Amino acid sequence: MIEWLTAATWSPYIVGAGIGVLIWLTFLLSDRPLGASTAYAKTAGMVETAISREKADSMAYYQKITPTVDWQWIIVIGILIGGFISASLSGTFSLLTVPPLFAGAFGTDALFRAAVALVGGILMGLGARWAGGCTSGHGISGTLQLGLASWVAVIFFFIGGILVAGMIYGFAFL
Amino acid sequence: MAFDELRSNTKAQVLLGLIFGIIFGFLLQKGGVASYDVILGQLLLTDFTVVQIMMTAILVGMIGIYIMKAAGFVHLHTKVGSVGATVIGGLIFGAGFAVLGYCPGTAGAAVGSGALDALVGMIGIVIGAGIFARLYPRLDRKVLNRGIFPAETIPELLGVRAAFIVPVVAVLIVAVLFLLRMIGF
Repeated sequence: MIEWLTAATWSPYIVGAGIGVLIWLTFLLSDRPLGASTAYAKTAGMVETAISREKADSMAYYQKITPTVDWQWIIVIGILIGGFISASLSGTFSLLTVPPLFAGAFGTDALFRAAVALVGGILMGLGARWAGGCTSGHGISGTLQLGLASWVAVIFFFIGGILVAGMIYGFAFL
Repeated sequence: MAFDELRSNTKAQVLLGLIFGIIFGFLLQKGGVASYDVILGQLLLTDFTVVQIMMTAILVGMIGIYIMKAAGFVHLHTKVGSVGATVIGGLIFGAGFAVLGYCPGTAGAAVGSGALDALVGMIGIVIGAGIFARLYPRLDRKVLNRGIFPAETIPELLGVRAAFIVPVVAVLIVAVLFLLRMIGF
């Protein structure tokens, strides 16, 4: 058991099955699909509220997605803690500013990588809310319910992702 | 229903959300998908870890959810999509996926394992979500409701019972997973 918890990686099938069972529990105990991107919209709403409560209250989107600390918001805090527990147990926790693949192609300038990550994050946050979900909400929770929008969304996540990754690093499969 | 009381207990739900998040983050990190290189490997089609995890999760999740639904324990939570929302939003998300190299969930697990670029990415996702909220009234009028899909679920679209579709999808997923293994992933 200990060896299992301290292993650096688990088989993707074990991890996938674990996520599947986790979603049974979120449906059963919380009557909700598992998703991450709503938490970011709530956080944006909290920032808007901090700047101007009047403005935030008047925005239609934050009447739909209320900026409150609740199940959907705290999920992402949990994910961060869970990632830390896993990395700590396996001794793989290490501070990293530029991922190896990125460094190999663009060098080790941490500021450049941060700028790229910021732009990528902005696109991702915009796209996730535009499409109504992310790789977990649509990509796993929605597809496993056989949701039509979720299957379409995940296909276009990968079309967009494969095209842009190919533009950045070259199309390895061509 | 036995679960109604728990489901409507807001405080208990916040605690449950935290626990579910911790388990999810733990699994994502153990699966290796809290890594930029693994995510980009998937998008460059040189590493299929992301697809293997997602497909196994869909397989196991789908069978359990549909059995529990048949037993009356759970409700589905599907939303109707549209070309304007799902397709356009999906492509923007995909571009962000490739540029950031994490997703909203895996970015959290990556920060937990020490990736500071993922923390910047998380801030970016908040900004992006905030931009969407600002644009929402205009997008809702002009874009999001263009080309609304004719059905909410695949069984509904095909006019076939879920009891028939679920095994078909399960077999297809197992076939794809085997195929990936056979070609060396």
